Amino acid sequence: MAKKKVVFSFPPRLISEPITYRLVKDFDLQVNILRAMVSPRERGRMVVEISGREQSLQDALDYLIEHGVEVNAVVQELRHHPDLCVNCSACTALCPTDALTVDSTTREVSYDPAECILCESCIPACSYQALESQF
Amino acid sequence: MLRTIDEINDKIRSGKVVVATAEEVVGLVQDQGVKQTARQVDVVTTGTFGPMCSSGIYFNIAQSTPKIKCGGGRASFGGVPLYAGWAAADLLLGATALPDDDPRNAVYPGLFKFGGAHIIEGLLKGERYRLEVRNHGTDCYPRKEYFTELGLDDFTQATMFNPRNAYQLYNVAINLNKKTIYTYMGVLKGNMGNANYATSGALSPLLNDPKLRTVGIGTRVFLCGAEGYVVYPGTQHVPQPQRDDRGLPLFPSATLALVGDLKQMNPRWLRAASITGYGTSLAVAFGLPLPVLDEQVIADASVTDADITFPIVDYSQNYPLGRVVDLGRVSMAELMSGRIEINNKAVPTGSMTSRYQGRQVSLELKERIKRGTFFLTRPVAALPGATLIDE
Ligand code: SF4
Ligand code: SF4
Repeated sequence: MAKKKVVFSFPPRLISEPITYRLVKDFDLQVNILRAMVSPRERGRMVVEISGREQSLQDALDYLIEHGVEVNAVVQELRHHPDLCVNCSACTALCPTDALTVDSTTREVSYDPAECILCESCIPACSYQALESQF
Repeated sequence: MLRTIDEINDKIRSGKVVVATAEEVVGLVQDQGVKQTARQVDVVTTGTFGPMCSSGIYFNIAQSTPKIKCGGGRASFGGVPLYAGWAAADLLLGATALPDDDPRNAVYPGLFKFGGAHIIEGLLKGERYRLEVRNHGTDCYPRKEYFTELGLDDFTQATMFNPRNAYQLYNVAINLNKKTIYTYMGVLKGNMGNANYATSGALSPLLNDPKLRTVGIGTRVFLCGAEGYVVYPGTQHVPQPQRDDRGLPLFPSATLALVGDLKQMNPRWLRAASITGYGTSLAVAFGLPLPVLDEQVIADASVTDADITFPIVDYSQNYPLGRVVDLGRVSMAELMSGRIEINNKAVPTGSMTSRYQGRQVSLELKERIKRGTFFLTRPVAALPGATLIDE
């Protein structure tokens, strides 16, 4: 089983295509949509976590790229700015995963993008603009 | 009596002073006991860093020609209204003041991106803002309008003032309602989705001297990187709080009024806060040095995170309506573990106060004392309800 978190950007003509359905049906993948922003006549964007067999995953991504979908690794959809962060931990209690955690000894707060599901619950909790959505 | 403040200052001068942070004292006392630690350590440093809405600066501007009288007029700085009810050239900017055109909570929850606090931080970073003053004009101050741009260096004086700071103990905030609420204690999710606290616990200045035996009016402190002073009891100061066996107050009690020179402050130790749905505030660094005049000072400063407990308060109904409802207590150690239990429910915890920064404050103050750049003062009067150690 392989797992990937990626951003799909697709042109207007593909917005009405049942892309996630194809991924499930034709490639036997599990698709978890973390974020989606689709408005008619504009580009759509979707952050998804897909998992399945390594080969199917690769085939699916090739299929999408062939059909004009831009596929990018999730680099920094949410950004934590350590230079602005005061390490208060007002955000950690609102994080449903372990993406934002506070070290029990140093009391430093750190952000792990691999754990982040981009729910953005943490953003309003930060009073210092240290958490920023790039979506 | 182990030593006097004069003796401590002599040791600071000669570089022989022994300083430990309140966190270090915990370990020292566990290893070697109160007696030995009190003999060894001359000063204990504490520290905290968190939003303190009761913050502001007052400043004096060089007069224009012809002169204008600010007092009784209207004034703004960087678009944020100033208090202009003093003399001709004295103005006050509060941390929570907002520009008139800020949407506030009209778009709920408001973001409060810019207010008095941001100007205070900006000034320390070298920013300049537009000052606008309008008044009626008098024989001695004929000018009716004055517009100019000013930075920190342009002020004759600029002074930070906290009518209230350093709250001794504070509530742990939860939300018993269904809807998420936005408070000065942060975002609180419904059905006890989280619990927020605002204290540096075992490093907290007044929790290390719960009966205010060493701190009083005139105590020199670390305030946002500058030397500041305790000038008075803070607003809402409670002289005779209920206490536990250790002498720790059970509810929010003592507070301090602090003053310091803004021109000596550093943006590392002061940050503007935009608290979603609430408003702007100013996070300030405050460090209090405790002179080890007797063994009790060390006994008090050896307080651990497990010793300190806080009342849990509902901010959806009870707090806004001023109802006192007992929802139990929780210790700092439990809060810092990231999860507490309330009514058999695991509730994740978050803090408005930065323990990390508080620790940096206590270490910075320790360094300054060791380097001989920070000397202790003897308070001139006790705070209400307190008795200072007799020297
Ligand atoms: S976006 Fe959600 S998952 Fe990611 S860090 Fe913020 S709260 Fe955690
Ligand atoms: S709330 Fe903001 S400042 Fe506080 S720890 Fe989280 S990211 Fe850092």
